[in-house]
Amino acid sequence: MKFPWKNLLPRYLILTVFMLVVLIPIWGMFTSAFKTSTEVMGGPFSLPSNWSLENFEQAWQVGRFNIFFKNSVIVATAVVVSSVFLSTLSGYAFGSLPLPGKNWLYPLILIGYMVPFEAVIIPLYNLLDKFGITDTLWALILPQVGLSVSFGTMWMSSFFENTPKELTDAATIDGCSRWQTLWYILWPIAKPAVTTLVVLIFMWTWNEFLLALVLVQNETLRTLPVGLAFFQGKYTANIPLMAAGAIIVALPTILIYVLFQRFFIRGMLGGAVKG
Amino acid sequence: MANVTNKYPGESRWKGWWYLLPTLLVYLLFTFLPILETIRTSFYQWDGFSQNKVWIGLSNYAELFSDPKFHNALRNNLVFVIFYSIIPILIGLFLASLLSRRPIPGFAFFRTALFLPQVISMVVVGVIWRWMFNPTFGPINSVLRLVGLKQLAISWLGDFTWALPSVGSIGTWVQYGFCMVLFLAGMQHIQDESYEAASLDGAGAFKQFIHITVPGLRAEIAVALVTTIIAALRVFDLVYTTTRGGPGESTMVTGFLIYRAAFTTNRIGYAAAIATVLTLVILIISMLIRHFQQRGNEENT
Repeated sequence: MKFPWKNLLPRYLILTVFMLVVLIPIWGMFTSAFKTSTEVMGGPFSLPSNWSLENFEQAWQVGRFNIFFKNSVIVATAVVVSSVFLSTLSGYAFGSLPLPGKNWLYPLILIGYMVPFEAVIIPLYNLLDKFGITDTLWALILPQVGLSVSFGTMWMSSFFENTPKELTDAATIDGCSRWQTLWYILWPIAKPAVTTLVVLIFMWTWNEFLLALVLVQNETLRTLPVGLAFFQGKYTANIPLMAAGAIIVALPTILIYVLFQRFFIRGMLGGAVKG
Repeated sequence: MANVTNKYPGESRWKGWWYLLPTLLVYLLFTFLPILETIRTSFYQWDGFSQNKVWIGLSNYAELFSDPKFHNALRNNLVFVIFYSIIPILIGLFLASLLSRRPIPGFAFFRTALFLPQVISMVVVGVIWRWMFNPTFGPINSVLRLVGLKQLAISWLGDFTWALPSVGSIGTWVQYGFCMVLFLAGMQHIQDESYEAASLDGAGAFKQFIHITVPGLRAEIAVALVTTIIAALRVFDLVYTTTRGGPGESTMVTGFLIYRAAFTTNRIGYAAAIATVLTLVILIISMLIRHFQQRGNEENT
């Protein structure tokens, strides 16, 4: 078949324009991170004379991004692991197990998936204060597990509902308990669904701002987005340094997105809206 | 899921509860009860730390609905809806219909790039665009000066008229790739024959778009509409990192109003009332998304 250039060329052109609108600001920030302060004044799209990592070192050490990074990793890991584990159990309960009250439990859990964080932030602050754990990373982990299991339960229950019933029936006849069926029979085939859940919850937790801004006051407990926001207040004019900070915040989610793109887009298009 | 009991002979009918219980506890404690507590708090006057918590009934709501600052914030949220939702959906529809049903070689590459703003922290997006809009050395004004439009090189985020559309257009930048990818996925379900029949009837590209593409994407448009509208209504991170509601109150939105009332001016009851109203609006719109999604799913099967 002949390659229909005449047909394709205008489409490529328009696509390229819209793609450049997305990429140019990101690219400009990226190159700025390698520049010196004087080079930044020389024009936004000039390239740095040498690609030095000095700004990254400064953001990492002086800007304390090393601490923020560590906090973000701890919080995101803890939230992802516990939410995915809990959601697998509860999704299994909804999708495959006898569950009296299912008809009212499901909407009850659904509400958590739709509410904005603004709706819970004030009582959460008081609750965690009562527990005496504001100013620990628990103050960021526990609420975000609570908020993530809503979506997680819905996501996993729709997976378990759609697995062929013959599979679990056969496992039961072979003498598997429900627990064994879950982990030995269903878990291996749940991999795509679980991967989507992992990358989505990771992204939401990594990028979460409001809770992290309000629930911890201690500077050494800030996560990357909050660290960057305060950093911006302090070094407004120092574009290279801020650009370096911004890249440290954005790079992990971008990498995971590029690696797990299929899962990501499937989840986002499946109506996975963070409420 | 309605009539299946899922129970095996000899199994306790409560089996599922054991698996649900840990999730339910965490959820109730850290999400559901706080929602109820927010609603309760909205009937009190409270500064957040003293013991002095006074029941004032609906006074917070009465004040809210006559508060010009709340009206202003709501109006700004509506402007955000235009930028977060209406414009990206129009761009998305335009791009999707342009690409149409034939696969374009190398499209995956474009899709990766167009979807990128969706995965970046909004704080980073705010940092990027504060630089873009910087009046003295930002790229936008540099380009304007370069092409001789010096008088247009204003302080975008510091201008009472232009700050709101400037912040709003950042939302457009974030959302249009998402809308496009969503619509393209939806177009796979539209039958080629519908277009062929329309072509034979002499319908031009525009007519085909209005009569076949748009109705065919009804479910996807509904999803995009509600997803982006919710994002516009709960916008906080972006306003916090770009303008903090300023200059004056020109980019103030309800999300930021809640934050300010709760954690700056210590009017917890009032903040809770705004949060309750915002949540209610978002819940209603979320119900709509599920309604349309289910309808969409039924049609696709």
